[in-house]
Amino acid sequence: MSANLMLIAVVGVMVGCGTTLILERSLTRILVGFVLIGNGLNILFLVASGPAGVAPILGQSGERMADPLPQAMALTAIVITLGTTAFGLALAYRAWQLTGTDDVQDDLEDDLIRRRAERDLVSATFDEADDTELPDEDYEGDEDVTTPEVRA
Amino acid sequence: MVLLVALHFLAAAVAPALVRVLDRKAFPVLALVPAASFVWLLGPVAQATRGEPTTEQWTWIATLGLHVDMTITTLSGVLALLVTGVGALVLVYCTWYFRPHDTEIWRFSGVLTGFAGSMLGLVLADNVYLLYIFWELTTILSFLLIGHNPERRANRRAAVNALIVTTFGGLAMLVGLIGLHLITGTARLSEILAAPPDPGPAVTAAVMLVLVGAISKSALVPFHFWLPGAMAAPTPVSAYLHAAAMVKAGVYLVALLAPAFADTPGWRPVLVGFGIMTMLIGGLRALRQYDVKLLLAYGTVSQLGFLVAVTGAGTRSAAFAGLALLCAHALFKSALFLVVGVIDRSVGTRDLRELSGMRRAAPGLFAASTIAASSMAGLPIFFGFTAKEAALAAFVDLGEDLGHRAWGTAALVGIVLGSMLTVAYSARFLWGAFADKPGAEPCHPREFSVGFPTVPAALASLSLIAGLAGPFLTERLAPYAEQFPPGAHTPSLALWHGLTPALGLSAVCIVLGLALFVWRRPVAATQHAIVDRVPMPDAERAYQAIMRGVDRLAVEVTGRTQRGSLPVYLGIILITLVAVPGAALLRAWEPPDAHLSDNRLQVVAGVVMIVAAVMTVRSRRRLRAVLLVGVTGYCTAIMFVAHGAPDLALTQVLVETFLLVTFVLVLRRLPPFFSDRPFNIARWWRVGLGTVTGLAVAGFAFIATNARSHGPISQGWPDPAYEYGGGKNIVNVALVDIRAWDTIGELSVLVVAATGIASLIFLITDRSVRPVRPRRIVTPDSNAWLAANLHDQRRSIVFEIVTRLIFHTVVVFSVYLMLSGHNTPGGGFAGGLVAGLALMIRYLAGGREELDNAAPVDAGVVLGLGLATAAMSGLLPTLLGGGVLQSAIVDIPLPLVGELHLVTSVFFDIGVYLVVVGLALDVLRSLGNGIDAHIEDEGSNEPTSEVTP
Repeated sequence: MSANLMLIAVVGVMVGCGTTLILERSLTRILVGFVLIGNGLNILFLVASGPAGVAPILGQSGERMADPLPQAMALTAIVITLGTTAFGLALAYRAWQLTGTDDVQDDLEDDLIRRRAERDLVSATFDEADDTELPDEDYEGDEDVTTPEVRA
Repeated sequence: MVLLVALHFLAAAVAPALVRVLDRKAFPVLALVPAASFVWLLGPVAQATRGEPTTEQWTWIATLGLHVDMTITTLSGVLALLVTGVGALVLVYCTWYFRPHDTEIWRFSGVLTGFAGSMLGLVLADNVYLLYIFWELTTILSFLLIGHNPERRANRRAAVNALIVTTFGGLAMLVGLIGLHLITGTARLSEILAAPPDPGPAVTAAVMLVLVGAISKSALVPFHFWLPGAMAAPTPVSAYLHAAAMVKAGVYLVALLAPAFADTPGWRPVLVGFGIMTMLIGGLRALRQYDVKLLLAYGTVSQLGFLVAVTGAGTRSAAFAGLALLCAHALFKSALFLVVGVIDRSVGTRDLRELSGMRRAAPGLFAASTIAASSMAGLPIFFGFTAKEAALAAFVDLGEDLGHRAWGTAALVGIVLGSMLTVAYSARFLWGAFADKPGAEPCHPREFSVGFPTVPAALASLSLIAGLAGPFLTERLAPYAEQFPPGAHTPSLALWHGLTPALGLSAVCIVLGLALFVWRRPVAATQHAIVDRVPMPDAERAYQAIMRGVDRLAVEVTGRTQRGSLPVYLGIILITLVAVPGAALLRAWEPPDAHLSDNRLQVVAGVVMIVAAVMTVRSRRRLRAVLLVGVTGYCTAIMFVAHGAPDLALTQVLVETFLLVTFVLVLRRLPPFFSDRPFNIARWWRVGLGTVTGLAVAGFAFIATNARSHGPISQGWPDPAYEYGGGKNIVNVALVDIRAWDTIGELSVLVVAATGIASLIFLITDRSVRPVRPRRIVTPDSNAWLAANLHDQRRSIVFEIVTRLIFHTVVVFSVYLMLSGHNTPGGGFAGGLVAGLALMIRYLAGGREELDNAAPVDAGVVLGLGLATAAMSGLLPTLLGGGVLQSAIVDIPLPLVGELHLVTSVFFDIGVYLVVVGLALDVLRSLGNGIDAHIEDEGSNEPTSEVTP
């Protein structure tokens, strides 16, 4: 199947630009990049679906029909992009509300773990064994077992 | 049988409710279940001992060949009687053990009853997988029982240790069981045992793995340390799990496999060797304990070693003795644990240095303990004596039966030494719990109910009765041993066999054991001298070191791989994408077959898109970036038109418009410029990675397009779409019929996203302060076009009038789009988006009051209704005998109008429509109304921020 150069160029540029943006820290930029990639990939569906044709609606006159399957897939993708982008915007707003910026910060918990690793420590939740908690076992075997002061 | 097990679980489920009503008196009621099972089992077990095992098979998962197979043989029947009998008595005992109105026993009662059911299932299971499931159930329930009081750190640790050690063993066992299934081709234990596979390395490996499970469950060296720790559990649990039931699972497994696999290389060295070692170590440590419960626990470790050594020896007489010992041990050890429970509850201590004068204070208890401890020590006329005689006799002949005298003698010496220790710690227990200690004040136990000590007394008296009933038991237990080849003598249980070597050895054990007790001070001194000077391998320390090592490894790996930086994560993913599939791309590269475009519109739109995308990356203003993305979005719609995809173009335009406004709604609160970014190396990294990713994706597109050789699958769609789907618009039929499952998934994603948006804006604290329930408000000023109370400067009368005029028309149009979408471009998505835009116009023109007036419903209700409608329309056909999501075409004649051509998938599309409207409403209400409210709050009380941490 012959490839459509224009569409492929558009896909490459959109994905490339979008990728550059999602590597940023500002959530707005990341979301803009996300939408760019989304549009680019929807065009990729067109590339995959072969040459252009008439709309896949029965009863239309014309030569060949465009492939309907990628269209159905792309349609759901478009609407999902809307939902996820709106969710991302809410996240950006919330981040701005809490920190005064919409930048994505490094995860603090991960940083704590990294520092533990550098200091050769065990994890914070590790239950370190300590010998005093082993079951009662007495080693003062020389005296007989009747030691009344234990009653205290 | 299956019903008996199920009955236990049912009882476990109702136990908490029962406790609520009856408090601790619920225990006797719960005890009825194992008691009834015991009575029911008597018949089938008697049959099994006559050589007629009962079997039952229920199909569970037919496609996997998984069945619930259960069987009652001599071995499993005897074990089942022990499990149910002791289980019933222990449950009864709980009635007095716990204090009235204990707040924790509702959980305890359920878990213990459930445990009894799992244990019964374990011994009756005749399928390797069923056995494993019950095996791990007992592990988990025992974890809950040991950690009954999780407030103490030591208890938590003990519970976790038991869980990890036994689960480790259980997993090894599972691998072994799967191996046996694969080698023999059957998962039924009885079939595997009836026709054992030919020996070979694979069989040896599988059997050894199964033995790891048995050894860890039965607390043999080197896994023995979990059992004394498990004494943190309430005493009834120790009596049941750690004496009669769970720890016996390992012994049971050894006994079960021994007839078929005892000659596997390594079987006897492992079981007899580790068994005797455990017997000696447990016995020695029991002699050093001051807590009588721990004394019994180490005694149990010792006895379990003994049991495994005897059942694992694999001769007829040893197998017989092993089964007898197993019964004897269950009876006396559970009795002794229950005695300790009574002492603990009535005196308040288990320390043998503090217990004094108990013999006079509780003579009945002392009598019961004496019987049970004598049975443990192997004193004549008790069950422990007859069983141990049989074991000693079996080991005297072991060398001859196996044809390896040195081996047999060594093993015999081992168990004789172990038995001496048993006598010594039995004496130490009796003395420790009941004797008068000089210098210690006599104890004055609190009054307790008559029933409390009756349970251990009943169990103890069984040790006496069984000791006298040797011939009766011999007949019942012998069928199990008959699976082995006959040995040098025919085993039997009797008080008097004549002057045999076994009797002599028994006498030696008793005399030397008592001597060890009498001279306990020098013995203890010697033990300590050795333990203190000679470094001993310590299994518990090794286990702790392993656990620490695993934790350290996890910290190091997490610290290195989980940096917590989003750009780093994305960068790694993208580099992998470029490097791995990209390398394959370069290798597969060939001059592509290409043409510039299909039509001129594509070129125009494409060039605009490329320019806009590059400008987006370069823009420093937020709004500018968003508008430029909008340009690429609308151009995408043009691309769809140029391709022949009107549905996509329509949806894309609507989505792009909606998204643009949504962006602006949020951006009004964010700073106008992006934060400063110097032209540093990181930026070049980003641009470089973006460029190669774009190139890689374009390259994939090339190769994939050229590689295509088949026609699309959808070539066959047009005719069925019309005949079965009832629509001319194939894309829409695909969405609501052919690929409707995808659409259901998508709707769920939308609902989740919408809920997430609302939850990020309306925090819980927000909701409690200000009700967000939308309600219609009455306009105070009847001249107003809309219910707007925007500032006069922000009002636009023309916009208000236009909104008022077109709103209803747009909504009607959206419904039309939805309904007509089956045959022409449109559908639920497009219709829903148009309705969403209509709401958006109302909001923009008149503010949030206006939005509430336009849609006085909660967005969540619309979303839920939509998802429910879609799901119902998918499920309804199954009620009418069709498949899920199947659609039907109905033509309804309507007077005057003509005929209504109704395709049932329209209801699915209505669901889609509602979900999209709900999403739009949620976005507007959260990012519109919600942010409006935040702005107003900030305006009214400037200093305090409404930010809730």
